[in-house]
Amino acid sequence: MKILTANRLVDGEAVWLAADHSWAETIAHADVAANPDAEARMEAIGAQSLAANLVVDVNFVDVELVDGRAVPIRLRERIRAAGPTNRRDLGKQAWLGAESAA
Amino acid sequence: MYRYDEFDHAFVAERVAQFRDQAERRLAGELTEDQFKPLRLMNGVYLQLHAYMLRIAIPYGTLSSKQMRMLAHIARTYDKGYGHFTTRQNLQFNWPALKDIPAILEELASVEMHAIQTSGNCIRNVTADHFAGAAADEFADPRPYAEILRQWSSVHPEFSYLPRKFKIAVTGAEHDRAAIQTHDIGLHVKKDGNGKLGFAVYVGGGQGRTPMVAKLIRDFLPEEDLLTYTTAIMRVYNLHGRRDNKYKARIKILVHETGTEELTRQVEAEFAALKLSSEELKLPAADIRAIERYFAPPALAERADGWAAVAAERKANAGFDAWLRRNIHEHRHPDYASVTISLKGIGEVPGDATDAQMDAVADLAEQFAFDEIRVSHEQNLILPHVARADLKAVYDALVAIGLHTPNAGLVTDIIACPGLDYCALANARSISVAQEISTRFGDQRRQEEIGDLKIKISGCINACGHHHVGHIGILGVEKKGTELYQITLGGSADENTSVGQIVGRGFTAEEITDAIETVVDTYLANRADKSEDFLVAYRRLGAAPFKEALYGREVRAA
Repeated sequence: MKILTANRLVDGEAVWLAADHSWAETIAHADVAANPDAEARMEAIGAQSLAANLVVDVNFVDVELVDGRAVPIRLRERIRAAGPTNRRDLGKQAWLGAESAA
Repeated sequence: MYRYDEFDHAFVAERVAQFRDQAERRLAGELTEDQFKPLRLMNGVYLQLHAYMLRIAIPYGTLSSKQMRMLAHIARTYDKGYGHFTTRQNLQFNWPALKDIPAILEELASVEMHAIQTSGNCIRNVTADHFAGAAADEFADPRPYAEILRQWSSVHPEFSYLPRKFKIAVTGAEHDRAAIQTHDIGLHVKKDGNGKLGFAVYVGGGQGRTPMVAKLIRDFLPEEDLLTYTTAIMRVYNLHGRRDNKYKARIKILVHETGTEELTRQVEAEFAALKLSSEELKLPAADIRAIERYFAPPALAERADGWAAVAAERKANAGFDAWLRRNIHEHRHPDYASVTISLKGIGEVPGDATDAQMDAVADLAEQFAFDEIRVSHEQNLILPHVARADLKAVYDALVAIGLHTPNAGLVTDIIACPGLDYCALANARSISVAQEISTRFGDQRRQEEIGDLKIKISGCINACGHHHVGHIGILGVEKKGTELYQITLGGSADENTSVGQIVGRGFTAEEITDAIETVVDTYLANRADKSEDFLVAYRRLGAAPFKEALYGREVRAA
């Protein structure tokens, strides 16, 4: 399973493609692609967003479902979704709470 | 300190205006990311894990109070209230918005700072000994030469698109505190038999995935030939350096593949040709002396009263006494000292300083240190000229802002790159490992019992945390989705530079601090006496006792 992530052009904020085709600031709102067709659809939206200069650095992230939530397999992406592990007051975890962000 | 002339001001202002226009066009969609990326990188703007990152140049690590206050202001106004001092003597902000960066650059320009050439395949910030102009063991202040190189290399048309990035370091002391042998070019200021100033020239040092110690290619280069010879090196590199493989593009690979003797021959031939064709690059003595005047030492009044005052205060205050033992460096004037302000509080993030701490350090520099601050490549701050009579006042002020940790050069004075907590290139975290080791060894008596020991941690093979030259180096890698840490031993970045050797299989994040403790305990158990520091002991003992301690059963089974 995959989710599509990027950074918002204007401020660099890490964002994830949501089911309504918007770019969400939290991974909890990420749309999960469970098959190649869904991936292709999301990839096309990502390309459109890139071309529209909404986001940069668009990439798929491998995830697994844990208690119904998409959790990245790589630590790198879990840190992106939460914030620096040494500063719980920074990044998305600062306003979401570390548990729900990661 | 160097002060901008009208050309410098105009140049930096023009670059700010250019970048403002470029950023606006990018945000308006007139430039694509492919078009914009090289432009933002030329101005120090990276995209990292969580946000953009802005890397600001601090030439040869020298800052005024005014400049430090501006960094504090930017941290407070545009970022998240802190900055990260790096192993390149620069400062990074981890959270700026692209839309704000032109304003940040404009604010920086108002205090004669910028972010130009902090990225890209060009000549980067020239670094120098952080005790330059102050150290008792110095032949000559390296900063005038670093400044000459900075001016010469700034948007140099021939050397702005090199095969790869290029780093130059200069030291003017016998003891190398600038790690010159780990740089593409290392310059050691020295005098010849007639007392004439010049340089020993080292080429081809570097870390990354292929660590190399630089080779001495000229024992003495007269100072007037600095730019001619450097140009000759750059031309040979620019012509023959590989552009087909970024992992083999640094000059260290060219030196290695060409051979030191042949490369030296090529450089000397180019040098001779340059000298014959034109005297344009020859440095007139008057110009060198003019630059030197910017770095003229402050007028240091006799302050002999400091000796007795310090002696009395240290008897009464154990914390001050420990701080004097570790964080004071001998100054060329006996009534003065250079102070290391540790940015390595126990369990803290190496190199981070809050806006309030930056402001407070600026105040201290203004009040007690002739308005001068240095950034060391070891990620600490330095007040280069402090009267001994003022040391207690400086210490008390540092206590008030939590920057009084007496650990310079000790096991908790750890270099660490930002690692996976921030960096898009990293494979593993560095900061959290540094924090855990720092906490484990935080007891002052234990640290001092261990003595001088440099631990350096990188979160990927690019080695921004200098792990190859740590007495104990730690390299974080990703293996099967988890962090794994390799230990290297015996590295060093001084005048006897050496690359550390991998000691064996890696350790998980949960195991690495215990493994480091095992290494340290093995040293303590095997050192000849307390005067034999870790590196000397390792060079005498070799890796065997450390391997046995770390992997005993596995080593014996093999």
